Amino acid sequence: MTTYLIRRVLGIIPVLLGVTFLVFAINRIVPSNPAVAILGDKGTVESQRQLAEELGLNKPVFFDVEGYRSSGRFGQLFDSQYFKYMGELLTGNLGKSFMTRAPVTDSLKVRFPATMELALFSILIGSTLGIVLGVVAALRRGTWVDTGMLFIAVSGVSFPVFWTAIVLIYLFSVQLGWFPPAGRLNVTSTLQPVTGLFVLDTLLRGQYKLFLDSLHHLVLPAFALGTHAMALIMRMTRSSMLDVLRRDYVRTAASKGVPPLVVVMKHAFRNALVPVVTVMGLSFGSLLSGAILVEAIFNWPGVGSWIFNAITQRDYPVIQGGVLFVAAVFIVLNMLVDLSYVLIDPRIRY
Amino acid sequence: MRRFLRNRSGVIGLAIVLFFTVATLLAPVLRPYNAGTDRNLAKRLKPPSAEHVLGTDELGRDVLTRVWHGGRVSLSVSLLVVGFSAVLGTALGVLAAIMRGWLDLTLSWFVDILLAFPGILLAIAIVAALGANLTNALIAISIMGIPGYYRVMRSAVIGLRDLEFVQAAEALGSSKFRVAVKHLLPNALSPLIVQVTLAIGRTVLTIASLGFLGLGAQPPTPEWGLMIKAGYSQFLTAPWLSIAPGFAIYLAVLGFNMLGDAIRDHFDPQLRT
Repeated sequence: MTTYLIRRVLGIIPVLLGVTFLVFAINRIVPSNPAVAILGDKGTVESQRQLAEELGLNKPVFFDVEGYRSSGRFGQLFDSQYFKYMGELLTGNLGKSFMTRAPVTDSLKVRFPATMELALFSILIGSTLGIVLGVVAALRRGTWVDTGMLFIAVSGVSFPVFWTAIVLIYLFSVQLGWFPPAGRLNVTSTLQPVTGLFVLDTLLRGQYKLFLDSLHHLVLPAFALGTHAMALIMRMTRSSMLDVLRRDYVRTAASKGVPPLVVVMKHAFRNALVPVVTVMGLSFGSLLSGAILVEAIFNWPGVGSWIFNAITQRDYPVIQGGVLFVAAVFIVLNMLVDLSYVLIDPRIRY
Repeated sequence: MRRFLRNRSGVIGLAIVLFFTVATLLAPVLRPYNAGTDRNLAKRLKPPSAEHVLGTDELGRDVLTRVWHGGRVSLSVSLLVVGFSAVLGTALGVLAAIMRGWLDLTLSWFVDILLAFPGILLAIAIVAALGANLTNALIAISIMGIPGYYRVMRSAVIGLRDLEFVQAAEALGSSKFRVAVKHLLPNALSPLIVQVTLAIGRTVLTIASLGFLGLGAQPPTPEWGLMIKAGYSQFLTAPWLSIAPGFAIYLAVLGFNMLGDAIRDHFDPQLRT
């Protein structure tokens, strides 16, 4: 187990290295000069040159072979754009926004909790609905209930998530007025963040009215973001349950006179859970990318809407930093999902 | 074939797909306007009526016309994307499986890197850097699709390469390339077909998402995602502008998904869900 753990954790290093390299490479194949892009129309040739120097763009891309030859110092070889970028990455410096000049890392710290909160609630809604409906479909296999559930499942992965968000706002905010269309809290209320997860912060600060308010704001975006995950989880739960319900130990338990509900929950469901958790973990990752669309529509101040705005403003450091960050979170998450199998299913040993 | 026709949802899916294919192929005949430029500012933002079944947009263009023509963009780009990534992914997957060793390791590492970007994230990074237009979106989504085919084909070929008929061909002196093309590939086709059909729906969604982000087709191209983006700003006064193209996306993707599921069940009954 320990060796597996160490191997799995070390195994993400080459992937992380590759991801950082790929993002670096994508941004270096760009024909346009970032210094020109930052300064826009105001830039003179001289100011562009200065900024390029400040950003290290005048250095060689990978290895400073010429500098090494002329100076003879080995370290000079690494005085390049790539190693500068990696060095700053390791110290947590992702550069500054072109637009606001704020460090990317600082904005990430503020915005990530908001995205985390939204993603957690989406996966909560998605897996609760998905698991319940999936189990029901499996128990009612071949009936119209099952057919209906399958239709919901295939529909859930067919809706464009940004469109679902728009339609939900139209129906439940504009027409019915049941839920707020945007934001995390009422504009008038103030909350001193502790963790950045408002649902938690309101409780920690004892502001129970605001707690309900933050939940109220979460419902629509979390549901919109969670539909895709719900559909995937539902399908996986259904097929996994069908597979387990055929097993001998389930039949044995039922024939021993164990109450049906106990058979379903204890004998079948628990054993059907491993593939479901895999799907939950994978969906959680894609929630982070779906959040770019949903957050933009609900004006949710998270990483997603931040990347969305950066795209419209061509704010490259923010796009780059945001993409890197989300990919890193996704890699770590996948690893945790792998490791969690041991907790769910004691039969799995590494 | 008869077995396939017994699968009700597969038949419905096929019907939807055929409907969209015919409708988008015939779009210039059915709706002989220029979806990009035929404007009528006198009739801006008119709600659905007998004359304009789905209303008109902010430039007075008929929304139904634009939805049909949008289908042409979505479907043709999707097919191109799926074609590119299927060919590239398959070639690399087969190559990795027959060459083994460092080439396999390197390619698999590269694919793991691509898979580390959830959803449309990689496409966003690529298009944002290359510049926002439909061609770059096409390139980005094609790259995003490679890992799926690579993994499926690599494991399919690994399962085949030690079987006797392959060894026999090798013993007879066939080159690795010949073995791959004549013996391995034809026997690994069914997982490939399944992968391709399930990918089309997903690709339609990705193209629309990039369009909505402003990273895909550019105005005045009638692209579904872009139409929703444009309609979204007029959402309170003219909801039909974003609802109509969104429903078209849903229906088209639903059709491809239902068809894809049926094809998967057909080729691989064990996977049936």
